[in-house]
Amino acid sequence: MENRPLEYDYTVAKMFMVTTIVLGIVGMSIGVFIAFELAFPGLNTIFGQGIAEYTNFSRLRPLHTDAVAFGFTLSGIFATWYYVGQRVLKVSMAESKFLMLIGKLHFWLYVLGVAAAVVTLFMGYSTSKEYAEFEWPIDIAIVVVWVLWGVSIFGLIGIRREKSLYISVWYYIATFLGVAMLYLFNNMEVPTMLATSAAGETGIGSWLHSVSMYAGTNDALVQWWYGHNAVAFVFTVPIVAMIYYFLPKESGQAIYSYKLSLLSFWGLMFVYLWAGGHHLLYSTVPDWMQTMGSIFSVVLILPSWGSAINMLLTMKGEWQQVAASPLIKFMVLGSTFYMFSTLEGPIQAIKSVNAIAHFTDWIVGHVHDGTLGWVGFMIIAALYHMAPRVFKRELYSKSLMAAQFWIQTLGIVLYFTSMWIAGITQGMMWRAHDEFGNLAYSFMDTVDVLHPYYALRGTGGLLYLIGFFMFAYNIYKTMSARPVEESELQNASPMGA
Amino acid sequence: MFHWLEKHPFFFAVGVFVVIAFAGLIEIVPNFAQASRPVIGTKPYTTLELAGRQVYIKNSCNACHSQLIRPFKAETDRYGHYSLSGEYAYDRPFLWGSKRTGPDLHRVGNYRTTEWHENHMMDPAAIVQGSIMPAYPWMFTNKADIDTAFAEQLTDQQFFGVPYNKPVPMKDGTTQTVKLAKSVAEAHADALAEAKEVASKMKNQDVKDAVARGEIPEIVALIAYLNSLK
Repeated sequence: MENRPLEYDYTVAKMFMVTTIVLGIVGMSIGVFIAFELAFPGLNTIFGQGIAEYTNFSRLRPLHTDAVAFGFTLSGIFATWYYVGQRVLKVSMAESKFLMLIGKLHFWLYVLGVAAAVVTLFMGYSTSKEYAEFEWPIDIAIVVVWVLWGVSIFGLIGIRREKSLYISVWYYIATFLGVAMLYLFNNMEVPTMLATSAAGETGIGSWLHSVSMYAGTNDALVQWWYGHNAVAFVFTVPIVAMIYYFLPKESGQAIYSYKLSLLSFWGLMFVYLWAGGHHLLYSTVPDWMQTMGSIFSVVLILPSWGSAINMLLTMKGEWQQVAASPLIKFMVLGSTFYMFSTLEGPIQAIKSVNAIAHFTDWIVGHVHDGTLGWVGFMIIAALYHMAPRVFKRELYSKSLMAAQFWIQTLGIVLYFTSMWIAGITQGMMWRAHDEFGNLAYSFMDTVDVLHPYYALRGTGGLLYLIGFFMFAYNIYKTMSARPVEESELQNASPMGA
Repeated sequence: MFHWLEKHPFFFAVGVFVVIAFAGLIEIVPNFAQASRPVIGTKPYTTLELAGRQVYIKNSCNACHSQLIRPFKAETDRYGHYSLSGEYAYDRPFLWGSKRTGPDLHRVGNYRTTEWHENHMMDPAAIVQGSIMPAYPWMFTNKADIDTAFAEQLTDQQFFGVPYNKPVPMKDGTTQTVKLAKSVAEAHADALAEAKEVASKMKNQDVKDAVARGEIPEIVALIAYLNSLK
């Protein structure tokens, strides 16, 4: 026993891999559908006038964002944690019945929470706050799920054999703490059933409804402190955790610089939280806060590029792997998109640029080159790396993976280029005045002009979705293939001698 | 120090938490005392308006429409005076939005009428050539949730001190008092009285009949809310 390598237990990792793929398909399909609704409004009623209330753009939009952020991405984060955590801490989930139970409970409660969120959002129960639309009972369920994940993280850390925490673990811890803080404060709300009328009636109206603890400008401030940092602690920090593990593992290269990873980690932690103010430029929040938001957004380039450059330099001297392996391609292009996106963001956060960009599709484009190019690619790469190891089977098809890579890359390029043009065009048209100082365009003029870009964006999204289906198929075929019969090989002896 | 932290997860976690919590403390806390004072002329929502606001949220109108006019000439030309912080004092949640797929609505009550909204919500493209906004015919049959709107008013008053039943100053120097009903039945009666006023300017016979029967379709509440945005 002592001399055998540790047998890691991937039960929970496998469960979350399934939800990553299923919820990815759900969220991205809705995304493609609503993208085409903007290009071809007739699609709002394509499933019949009777259920149009549930299939029109406005009802589906929060479902798309929440399904990809809290369905696909969170599942991916959990799946990789239950894989990476054991391996870098040198301890197996099988060693602790308690942690195994917590892990499974974590999974099933998460699934329950997702189901409740989907049903209530379809029905129109919403707090209206972006990426925090869920009403209070679901918020409580989410907190419980999150605490269970925390128990998993710190439980595993508690029984670890490797004393020093690997860089990925830093980022997972930060994800846990950051989201916990943000989510709690942003979702402070009072259920309306607690109020009493003068006649003594209580529990009036819908028990699901609640009122935000904050009003107006304060509410906006807390929401975008949350909203921006949900991007930080769901779309950045845990994804960096993944690349710090999977890129060195897959390429066989050591991390380029430990010091750079230190600088990037603590830099990112300190700077990111300030940047939320850039969502509120020229709004009614105080000027100094807007300026801070702008400045720190630009400073944020440093720690972001620190991580990305650290990753790219990890490939130093081994660039032929990028050509040879589609899996390395996903990760290297992922880091490149991360660099690209973390340069684009600060540019948009500069006040004069933001004056044009805010409220337009350029912002939507920015979000998607980050999420499709960086988050999506990295989770896909992580699952591709994990699949042969957790299912103990060879990956079904490498050429399918390569084809997927190119199709999705084309999709992303179509997506962000069309949204750039759409956003800047609309921003410029909104502010254009004619020679007499009157507005040059009606609002409708600025909508009409977007049609080709909306169609192109939908096409880009569709290509990405097709690639995602190829990914799902590839993983499915890997899972369901005949197992590699290692044990038989070991015991085989020629002629039974 | 960093090597030591990496071997001591508890202190590591504490360190991370302090570093990430710092910005929130500095940025958000000091602003709280200041930003929620209403400007003169801003009054709390009536039951019907609040029910309409809930319809607005239920259908994610805020996904495509902002309620924030930035201080640029192009925006004040298009939408009216730029937005002031105090105008949002009773907005829980805020509805600034982050994307203008359609125009801003912060002062839509100044330049659109009940009749315009009625026709537009039924078929946007028929009113605005080329509009990509979906139609919302179900709002003409779904009933507004007056109970929940009333519960929200009570919560606003009891937990957040929103001045219902108290005179609030208006721009012309007078005061206005927004009434908070004493019971669910009274809230319904008040909302219905307000709904009748809105419905009297509408054309849709089904909506008029429903209001005459004592029911309040979502569209009536929504229009009451949109008309209150000034």
